[in-house]
Amino acid sequence: MIPKEIDNHTTENTMLTAEEIHEINEEIGMYPYRQAACIEALKVVQKYRRWVSDESIEDIAAHLEMSAAEVDSVATFYNLIYRKPVGKYVILVCDSVSCYIMGAETMLDHLQNKLGIGLGQTTADDRFTLLTVPCLGTCDHAPAMMVGRDLHRDLTPGKIDAILAACP
Amino acid sequence: MAKIILNGKEVEADAGKNLLEVILSSGEDLPYFCWHPKMGSVGACRQCAVVRYKDENDTTGRIVMACMEPASDGSVISTNAPAATEFRARIIESLMTNHPHDCPVCDEGGECHLQDMTVMSGHQVRRYEFGKRTHNNQYLGPFINHEMNRCIQCYRCVRFYRDYAGGTDLNVFSSRNKVYFGRAAEGALESEFSGNLVEICPTGVFTDKTFMDHPTRKWDLTAAPSICHHCSVGCNTIATERYGIVRRIYSRYNGEVNNYFLCDRGRFGYEFTNSDKRIRAFKIPGTTEPAGHEEAMQYLAKALKGKSVAAVGSPRASLETNFALKQLVGDSHFSLGMNTHDLEVAQLAFDIVSSGKIKVPSLKEIEQCDSVFILGEDLTQTAPMMALSVRQSIRNQVKPMASQAGIPNWNEAPVRQILQKDHGPLHIAATMATRLDDVATSTFFNAPAEIARLGYAVAHFINQRLRLPDGMEKRALDLAQRIAKDLMASDKPLIISGVHSKSKEVIMASADVALALSEAGKAVSLSLTFEECNTAGLLMLGGSGLEDLPAADVLIVQENDLFRRMSADKAEKMLASYGLVIAIDHIASHTTSNAQVVIPVGSFAESDGTLVSQEGRAQRFYQVFMPEGDTPEPWRRLAEISMLMGKPFQAHDFHEFTSWLAKSNPEFTGIDTMAPPPDFRMLNQRIPREFHRFSGRTSMKAHRNIHEQKPPEDPDSPLSFTMEGYQGHPDPSLITGYWAPGWNSVQAINKYQIEVGGPLHGGDPGLRLFDQTGGQLSYYQDIPQPLAASVNGWTMIPVYHIFGSEELSRKSPPVKEKAESAGLFLNPATAAEAGIKEGDRVIVQIGAQPASLEVKYTESLGKGFAGVPMGYCGVNPEIAFIKYQKEK
Amino acid sequence: MERPLTKNIRTDGQPVFLKEYESQGGYKALPKALKLQPDEVIELVKKSNLKGRGGAGFNTGLKWSFVPKKGDFRHKYLVANGDEMEPGTYKDRLLIEGDPHQLIEGMILSSWAIQADEGFIFIRGEYTYAAEVMSKALAEAKAAGYLGNDILRSGFNFNLHLHTSVGRYICGEETALLNSLEGKRANPRTKPPFPQVSGLFGQPTIVNNIETLCNIPHIINNGAEWFNQLSLTPGDGGTKLFGASGKVKKPGVWELPFGIPMRQIIEENAGGMRDGLKFRGCLPGGASTDFLTEQHLDLKMDYNSVAAAGSRLATGLMIVLDDKTCPVGMVLNMIHFFAQESCGWCTPCREGLPWTEKILRKIEDGRGEMNDLDQLESMVRFMGPGNTFCALAPGATAPLGSALKYFRDDFITHIRDKKCSWK
Ligand SMILES: Cc1cc2nc3c(=O)[nH]c(=O)nc-3n(C[C@H](O)[C@H](O)[C@H](O)COP(=O)(O)O)c2cc1C
Ligand code: SF4
Ligand code: FES
Repeated sequence: MIPKEIDNHTTENTMLTAEEIHEINEEIGMYPYRQAACIEALKVVQKYRRWVSDESIEDIAAHLEMSAAEVDSVATFYNLIYRKPVGKYVILVCDSVSCYIMGAETMLDHLQNKLGIGLGQTTADDRFTLLTVPCLGTCDHAPAMMVGRDLHRDLTPGKIDAILAACP
Repeated sequence: MAKIILNGKEVEADAGKNLLEVILSSGEDLPYFCWHPKMGSVGACRQCAVVRYKDENDTTGRIVMACMEPASDGSVISTNAPAATEFRARIIESLMTNHPHDCPVCDEGGECHLQDMTVMSGHQVRRYEFGKRTHNNQYLGPFINHEMNRCIQCYRCVRFYRDYAGGTDLNVFSSRNKVYFGRAAEGALESEFSGNLVEICPTGVFTDKTFMDHPTRKWDLTAAPSICHHCSVGCNTIATERYGIVRRIYSRYNGEVNNYFLCDRGRFGYEFTNSDKRIRAFKIPGTTEPAGHEEAMQYLAKALKGKSVAAVGSPRASLETNFALKQLVGDSHFSLGMNTHDLEVAQLAFDIVSSGKIKVPSLKEIEQCDSVFILGEDLTQTAPMMALSVRQSIRNQVKPMASQAGIPNWNEAPVRQILQKDHGPLHIAATMATRLDDVATSTFFNAPAEIARLGYAVAHFINQRLRLPDGMEKRALDLAQRIAKDLMASDKPLIISGVHSKSKEVIMASADVALALSEAGKAVSLSLTFEECNTAGLLMLGGSGLEDLPAADVLIVQENDLFRRMSADKAEKMLASYGLVIAIDHIASHTTSNAQVVIPVGSFAESDGTLVSQEGRAQRFYQVFMPEGDTPEPWRRLAEISMLMGKPFQAHDFHEFTSWLAKSNPEFTGIDTMAPPPDFRMLNQRIPREFHRFSGRTSMKAHRNIHEQKPPEDPDSPLSFTMEGYQGHPDPSLITGYWAPGWNSVQAINKYQIEVGGPLHGGDPGLRLFDQTGGQLSYYQDIPQPLAASVNGWTMIPVYHIFGSEELSRKSPPVKEKAESAGLFLNPATAAEAGIKEGDRVIVQIGAQPASLEVKYTESLGKGFAGVPMGYCGVNPEIAFIKYQKEK
Repeated sequence: MERPLTKNIRTDGQPVFLKEYESQGGYKALPKALKLQPDEVIELVKKSNLKGRGGAGFNTGLKWSFVPKKGDFRHKYLVANGDEMEPGTYKDRLLIEGDPHQLIEGMILSSWAIQADEGFIFIRGEYTYAAEVMSKALAEAKAAGYLGNDILRSGFNFNLHLHTSVGRYICGEETALLNSLEGKRANPRTKPPFPQVSGLFGQPTIVNNIETLCNIPHIINNGAEWFNQLSLTPGDGGTKLFGASGKVKKPGVWELPFGIPMRQIIEENAGGMRDGLKFRGCLPGGASTDFLTEQHLDLKMDYNSVAAAGSRLATGLMIVLDDKTCPVGMVLNMIHFFAQESCGWCTPCREGLPWTEKILRKIEDGRGEMNDLDQLESMVRFMGPGNTFCALAPGATAPLGSALKYFRDDFITHIRDKKCSWK
């Protein structure tokens, strides 16, 4: 016997936007119970807000009939859910083995110098956040990185400069 | 039964168990962390590794986790093969890489499972030479202290808090070696069972904050087996003391009752015994100074001479105390200390459970039921540990799903995985939202009369010959039909109700449902809660309601605050109608301040006694320490008074008292023999209250006298007040603490059980007094009319809170901190109609006494009802329509 | 040489969408399979000797046959594992981005075999382009009636959804993946029960690798015998995506028969080592396999041969170590990865990997001592198979254990010279 599901969700007292709620509800429809859409909800919120704040955690929790602790337990497990503010572009530099062999460390040094920030930091103009990421699955074109949703491969310092410069 | 070869020896094993349980049950040691007998196995810590061989000819074998392996017939297992011992040493070494070197200042030190397991695993030399990870700690409220650096990531805390107890605000965060156990944000833990983290956590991450206020090492505690005095469930506890201060309470294993756990009221409610509100001296008229013993006795002798005396007993005092009081004044002059309404409700409940017609389950039996219908109780507030048991029982109906898939019950994660959110039916009909609603199949919130009508309708759908209440709404009818169907579809349905709706109708309806199920051939049980720890015992003893107490010259009020039983004006009037009021208590109350004579006695920690739980289980609690002041056991004090009055009691010590009681009331047969008599010895020795490593005994009182004083003698029990005595595991009712060689933490409990998680060696203590067979009970069919809406006020609904509604625990500062400020619960619509908002204060007029309460909203309360918190100061307990006025 | 898996994949890198896929003979297997009994499909796949391409190499048809046929189940699920976070691995990306309908068709066929009614394609979050391609393809397939209810009017229902992940290597472990799909923390689950019995939402579930599933249409179309003869190794049916990364001339991924010698892949497909560099060794199938060295160059690349040489074929994508790259640094890099990606559930992995990483860092930084090597060796044993809750930690120690064997001198030089010789 599955405990009663309450269907008509009030959206008062939540800061989630109508769009966010709509998208989250769509995801909920794919699963047997609403809590299963937890990761999806985190993704939706992050899509619109770049990162997931404590307040968003609470809003998602309320919408999914979970506690903030339950949602945050999931959120903090995954490295692509950002629980701290990030810049407009998140740069994910692959630091795994093939890229390591092909010079990932040089690329990272270059990026840090160029942006003037360390790993995990965001530039003062709020444009770039620099992070490392496990193997991007493009080892035959190492070294590689992602800027936002775009993958960049066969990196060289020169190429990196051009990529950053091309960011609107 | 399976036979396994363990370290070359043949061992009988229950094939339904896992190897770790079998190995521990066989008496062998094997270290573990993540496994818990009540929470099953998850295989996370990898500490319980053993080598399993294919057969007796296999010499290499392979490492397996004992907790994850079924004890199948013919298994060949070694716990001491080098591969296993080496691996276990490496596990503990790894766990210690991040563990701080703070044992000397850690509250867990000396009773730490991690310390024990480190020694057991043989890890001595530290090879790790790098930095340790560190965490921030959180404020978790008045009960629990948090020290995350000590964490060894066994996941037991979340598994208990979240999976077992249904809490939602404690969880695990992050991943890899950064996993963090705590709350999303700092704040008091919300679960009513948070205190169990103290015992669940194998190290010092979660410790007892109340204990930290007056810390003592485990081995310096004087301890005695006790019974929780804070509700009617009767959980077994161990109460401890040093230097006259009760230091902490923890759980005493009783396989039939609370097993390993306690609720937070029971664990943290003890501080009233150390309170400055304690009564430690006599008060007599004409003196302003506290009076001395001699002086008081002289006064009493004179004051009582030739006077007629009436007495008010107390459901929060022991059987012996009440019996002594009754002997003192005679049957006709003895009141049970409840108002007539409460007494009638309780008496009805008692008549039903003691009828012997329907099985009254223990908590263990509740856990084995497979469908539940609760009428009129918010169990988490009124019988908290029963709520915890109900939470376990609801998985039973679906558990066969796991067995069918070949998953043994102890294999916790897969069982949860396959059951998903499925569970057996739990239907709750209550006056307001309850703390079990999160797992309820259906909830129905309404006034007691409507709950009773729903109950009668359910009874009707089980047995068509019973009347269907007329005028039922369709929703209620459908629900009743559904509940009846669910109960009939299960094998062991359980009906729970009790006195907390203050409604006889609700109790009668639940009895009818249970009876109908019983006649339908179901193995039904019925559990009814009472308000206090000895209500059931008192009802067996017999006596009148407060209003029916005859007039007399003198009134003795024993450990009872009449202002909690009736409105202030009534209580004042009642007290004024006697020429002299003598209050005997251990703690100050409105009644003691309204009495001309106040007489100090010992609290539960300073006395022996017997309580009868709601289940009818008579259980003994023992004096923990000999108080320095003049606070003897209440029944001793009463014997003293009786002597003054020229009629000395026949009985002089506790045992004689209980024997006298048992002889004069046949219902109590056996309570004098259910625990060993005072002259009982093991190997000619008493059972020590102190640990064999107790320190400083010869010097602890040296600031007063350098000569070691003779320890006090205990004429009432086989326990000694010293560290000398029998060092083995004592009779199960005399367990003063858990220890076994190599096991300094509470986890030594394993060694006290016949098999892990089963009954104690010698049987679980306590004596069931209600006859369980062959009794008679007939249908009540006393169907109330549908509730008419109130016209000129709100209908009052009693609301209980685990922290605050109970008298004694409320006087403990940490509990008081948790007690929600007295609130008046209203449906927003009700409030709106009266022009009131959430947070406003309203003065409600109850009888003659106005009370100011803050308005809190709840959608679960119907229009026209007001939920009024019981037991909060200034709030009157009598059912009434109430009038209100908005406070400016 | 036939290359069924990649035959449609275009050289311009554009994905093959529905029209083109159909024109190349796509979705022909579907009506064929629907005419067979589900059990017949399972039998066919069993006989084809298709082994799981996710790493473990278990016979796919056999795995399917463990799904209970009778019983009261809310759903049966089929999940495509496209987490692909094993360092050095980039084959599933090619299949999704290049020929998405091949996977979809493979999944419909597989779901028919196991009678699943719901499916999920689980793709790692960083594969943004793959996700775009896949959603478009899914929409096409739905519109064309290949997905949804009453597929090709057969009465068979199969709904397929795309799930993009939010990081963490452990999500590739099939039971952790299921937890993640349920919106939970991706801790692996206790096995048994296996997902076939109690998987997603407690229902019978098959998790297969993307490459595994992409083979199914070809098996249905051409039969088990044909599939077996694609391989040079009897018992390992079909072709395999092999690849090489590191300092080879032409890193890449190629569809080749099982049993092809390692030398041929490195020297011919990958064009040999870059000028001035020598081959020192490789990890044959991703970061959780043991090193092989020069002596193994003529090894046949199939499950048994690679296992006999002390490693695992696993994903089949090699990471090549040259003579100018520090093996200690390389192992440190991988152990760092695994320590980061440990889910934090069981002790040996959670505590052992960070400790191992610290020891390796110490050696790499020139602060190592000789007894550190014993420590490292005991760490490898400590986190060995069976000792941990899942296979992450044993995989993590594979490169370390084998490096200590084959490149011990490099470790000793670091310790003796108190520095990394390549820095
Ligand atoms: C740590 C870990 C990571 C894994 N990652 C992947 C992965 O990214 N993709 C994959 O297909 N299988 C991965 N696997 C293997 C899966 O658990 C599983 O065996 C596989 O998806 C089954 O598919 P197959 O039978 O088609 O090979 C991983 C296993 C482990 C232990
Ligand atoms: S080996 Fe243990 S800690 Fe590591 S990923 Fe697997 S379950 Fe998690
Ligand atoms: S107790 Fe067996 S693995 Fe933790």
